[in-house]
Amino acid sequence: MGDRRYTETHEWVDVEDGVATIGITDFAQSQLGDVVFLELPRQGRKLSAGETFGVIESVKAASDLYAPVAGTVLEVNERLVSNPELVNKDPLGEGWLIKVQAEGGLPDSLLDQAAYARLAESGSH
Amino acid sequence: MVDFAGWEMPQQYSSVREEHAAVRGAAGLFDVSHMGRVSFRGAGAGEFLQGLVTNDIAGVGPGHAQYNLICNQAGGVLDDLVVYRLPDGSWSAVVNASNRIKDVEWMRAHAGSGVEVLDRSRETALLALQGPRAESVLARLAPGLDLGAIPYFGVAEGEVAGAPATVSRTGYTGEDGFEILLPAARVGAVWDALLEAGAVPAGLAARDVCRLEAGLRLYGNDMDEDTNPYQAGLGWTVKLDKGDFVGRQALAGVRERGPDRVLAGIRCGERTIPRHGAGVSRAGDRVGVVTSGTHSFFLGAGIGMASVTAGAAPVGARIEVESRGGAGDGEVVKLPFYRGSVKTAASARQSG
Repeated sequence: MGDRRYTETHEWVDVEDGVATIGITDFAQSQLGDVVFLELPRQGRKLSAGETFGVIESVKAASDLYAPVAGTVLEVNERLVSNPELVNKDPLGEGWLIKVQAEGGLPDSLLDQAAYARLAESGSH
Repeated sequence: MVDFAGWEMPQQYSSVREEHAAVRGAAGLFDVSHMGRVSFRGAGAGEFLQGLVTNDIAGVGPGHAQYNLICNQAGGVLDDLVVYRLPDGSWSAVVNASNRIKDVEWMRAHAGSGVEVLDRSRETALLALQGPRAESVLARLAPGLDLGAIPYFGVAEGEVAGAPATVSRTGYTGEDGFEILLPAARVGAVWDALLEAGAVPAGLAARDVCRLEAGLRLYGNDMDEDTNPYQAGLGWTVKLDKGDFVGRQALAGVRERGPDRVLAGIRCGERTIPRHGAGVSRAGDRVGVVTSGTHSFFLGAGIGMASVTAGAAPVGARIEVESRGGAGDGEVVKLPFYRGSVKTAASARQSG
């Protein structure tokens, strides 16, 4: 497991051997409520950091998903097609969204665990 | 927790899926104490109410309740409510949280000197126990009440978990179940006892899905002061021949001309959620707007209600609903989307 980093838009990224696994945070899933479905990119799509790569739609609202890092999509979590609730139940584990072959380093704008915890704390009030 | 008309309300306890499943399959418990509870005192209370609400309360005997509307002079819906006649013959009502203050002022302005309108929302609490197992769960805590003898929209008084309670077979989910009015100081213990007896706590989000599946209107979404009962599909609550009441003249006119728009049930695919405010079109022509919508995990479809031009989108019509990034396909369907265990085939027709 690498060192997990966070965006201000509530995605997380964990890079290991150049492969970035991307998901949404526990705070994000709790704010969204029950996830109904996701639109995720096709394998092979090139993403730039900060680009919209999909949409997550919950009972409450639809939200865009933003790429924490640049790279090429290697794999999409197919289990979410029939089990979108995995995003609610295990957002940091089985509810991951995509894996990306990362290109370039991690953007400086990404937050560490402590900084993200402060952001989520201030956003929940 | 979310703010709802000044109340901190639980949106969900576990998940909408699980809470909804409990209501449809067993027994869910909602704390709906945010809703307004009003009592009427005085010999003229019945007469006063008859002149205030649209439905005919003349036939509502002690121990019965009735779904009702309050309209303004122009026939616009000020609120939907349930009027209760308690076993002792006295009258009370449960109104929407967001309308409580407006309703109480309106009632006081229309009450004669012989009728007192008491807002009892602070000193009382209201729980809704809903689902096919609601009766068996409640029976464990209310041995002195003959629950089987309470008909749909019937009202009884007795003890629930030792607390004095008014129990009615009413609800807002399409399932059989009860609403339990009790002193606010006792609600925590009764809530805990009901969970202990097998009920599953359920929040506002699951309640919204349940009421939508059951085709029940939500005030502020599906109707408001600019909507008359016929436009909201609630013409059945308007009894023009019962004698005079506020809004009667305007409503008689609407009835004669027919409403210019109507409330339609819409069912979309599993990847389209009709959201409040989204446009509804038919063959490219705009015919209306979504008033309420959600995703029903239970039905595997986006469902909702839409206010559409009368005659423009009959049952069976294919429609398009504005949604994120385009339009989703849907169909106009008859309400409700789902009939649960509710005791009458006429379906639950209660207030939000």
